[in-house]
Amino acid sequence: MSPSDDVTNEQSGRPEERMRSGVPPEDAAATRPGVADSAATKLDAKARAEMLEIVARYPEPRSALLPMLHLVQSYDGYVTPAGIEMCAEVLGLTEAEVAAVATFYTMYKRRPVGDYHVGVCTNTLCAIMGGDAIWSELSEHLGVGHDETTDDGTVSLERVECNAACDYAPVLMVNWEFVDNQTPQSARELVDTLRSGGAVNSSRGPRVCTWKQAERVLAGFPDGAETQGVSAGPASLAGLRLAKEKGWTAPTGGQPELDATSGEDQK
Amino acid sequence: MTATPGAPGEARASSLTPVLTERWDLEDSFTRRVYERNGGYKALRQALQRSPESIVEAVKDSGLRGRGGAGFPTGMKWSFVPKDSPKPTYLVVNADESEPGTCKDIPLMMADPHLLVEGVIISSYAIGATHAFIYVRGEVLTVIRRLQHAVVEAYEAGFIGANILGSGFDLEITVHAGAGAYICGEETALLDSLEGRRGQPRLKPPFPAVAGLYASPTVINNVETIASVPSIVSNGSGWFRSMGSEKSPGYGIFSLSGHVTRPGQYEAPLGVTLNELLDMAGGIRAGHELKFWTPGGSSTPMLTAEHADVPLDFEGMAGVGSMLGTRALQIFDDTTCVVRATGRWVEFYKHESCGKCTPCREGFWWMVQIFDRLEQGQGTEADLEKLLDMSDNIAGRSFCALADGGVAPVMSSIQYFRDEYIAHFEHGGCPFDPADSALFTVERQEEAGVNA
Repeated sequence: MSPSDDVTNEQSGRPEERMRSGVPPEDAAATRPGVADSAATKLDAKARAEMLEIVARYPEPRSALLPMLHLVQSYDGYVTPAGIEMCAEVLGLTEAEVAAVATFYTMYKRRPVGDYHVGVCTNTLCAIMGGDAIWSELSEHLGVGHDETTDDGTVSLERVECNAACDYAPVLMVNWEFVDNQTPQSARELVDTLRSGGAVNSSRGPRVCTWKQAERVLAGFPDGAETQGVSAGPASLAGLRLAKEKGWTAPTGGQPELDATSGEDQK
Repeated sequence: MTATPGAPGEARASSLTPVLTERWDLEDSFTRRVYERNGGYKALRQALQRSPESIVEAVKDSGLRGRGGAGFPTGMKWSFVPKDSPKPTYLVVNADESEPGTCKDIPLMMADPHLLVEGVIISSYAIGATHAFIYVRGEVLTVIRRLQHAVVEAYEAGFIGANILGSGFDLEITVHAGAGAYICGEETALLDSLEGRRGQPRLKPPFPAVAGLYASPTVINNVETIASVPSIVSNGSGWFRSMGSEKSPGYGIFSLSGHVTRPGQYEAPLGVTLNELLDMAGGIRAGHELKFWTPGGSSTPMLTAEHADVPLDFEGMAGVGSMLGTRALQIFDDTTCVVRATGRWVEFYKHESCGKCTPCREGFWWMVQIFDRLEQGQGTEADLEKLLDMSDNIAGRSFCALADGGVAPVMSSIQYFRDEYIAHFEHGGCPFDPADSALFTVERQEEAGVNA
């Protein structure tokens, strides 16, 4: 499935997905889990079966809740009241217990998210290296603020915390793929490409998939894209390359009593 | 030990020792095929021929200390697991790498996930765990894909599952994606999260080794710690100790970021210095000077140029009032406003406080208000005293170390840069232009703003 198919099929004719997030009505519903809007959910019998599959991975069922909530987002784009209801029912929890968990974690959204979630790292290091400038540029260019979505439902913008790619600062995340070493201009071009339906490659991983497809991987249902992208980016290899250039290695190892069985040693 | 390869300190400092990072430049390094072709899973075969106790002993003898920040001796942690528990024992890998500046586990799992998987299998065998979990932060899709795939490949090869390589040892491994919460890097919060709850720390004792996941004996180790185990098993504790210092033996990944010519991952013996690493990384950004840096993430008190020759090991950093932490060296040059940097970190701790303990939940919220005022030049010296007083009331008065970590940049920045705070009052605002710190030319000045 291509990202554009996903957009067309799943989002056309759904006004709530087009709505720019201010305080839309479904937000109120999302915080009151009992009020489910069955028309807004795509969760079906297949989703329920997949939830049971997730439960089977753990010694105790409740451990499945976080991946199950990712699965809800892969169907509905955010944690819908129907999703909370289904998780509660599958795990034998109250909806309040599920909602309490869903609202704790920042990756779970209580409003529809665009097809592409763009996170700008504005933690100290990225911010100072230029992340603040990138944030300003994108926010102004897209006309949305933190945790808001463009009117056309394509791009959601969020200020994110450190994403463990500091050696590639300033960093953007698109649907949780790394986009390294950004500038305001490159970031603007990136979101323009996303909005026009063009393909965007992440810096070290595969072509960026949609938000819902990404959430499915997070729920533990692989998409087969693991071989795409590089083994490691250039900054990750900075030390190794220097060591090779200089001929630096770790000392030779090997325990004599094990050499007979181990053949050539790792080191 | 009959033969101890290398003398202690043989490979100390001023050179690099790639062990964990050694395979990262290979094409398809993340596949089992390439991993095995380059020595992978040999340590597992060796380990399964030995007793679990001897693996624990080897790790103890190596002196390996936890690589997730606290530096607790790994072998000792393993030995706390009760032998006679009627409940199952679990191994949980803390792959929730989120400490600002820390970026070592993510590239490790992206490039060499099988190294972690092999470490998990050996470590589980050593502690008697039959189910291991890799709790990885959710915001790293490529890494999660590679981990999931590595686990599948290891199952296919019979390295995980029932009766591994005919040894009689059974193990399941589950890759579990988190959902965005820094606090879940704290080990007891991680356990609550893995149990499907809000990630909030537990009061210790009981310690996880006795009552952890599902109230069962549980060992929680950082990715880099577990990934170090196969090389210790293969090469011996003497080999491991031939690197680093007596109390901080071995190698570690040092992550250089910020205003440095070649940021990146540099794997070196513990005890290397910032100046040595900077030499390797091409120095501070051209035309500028080092102003301040963190040795191990934002939760370790910041240091200055005067500390650039102090050994980066647990003792060296403690000796100058900081901590080795995760070896996340965030480097800032003379264009950087320390008030802006610190204020942003405080915002982070405010955002990430789980809300359980009042001093942390309320304290960081108020600190953010004060930092906003300071950065706008509307503060007074009394605000600095207030910040220090609040720091005293936050640190050590909460369940977990998030609180202690959050006040570290506040206290250390006031210690080293009080004059710069005062300059904000005198100047009526920030005396720095944020555009000067950016790594690119800012086309429009207004967009670089500190409160962007």
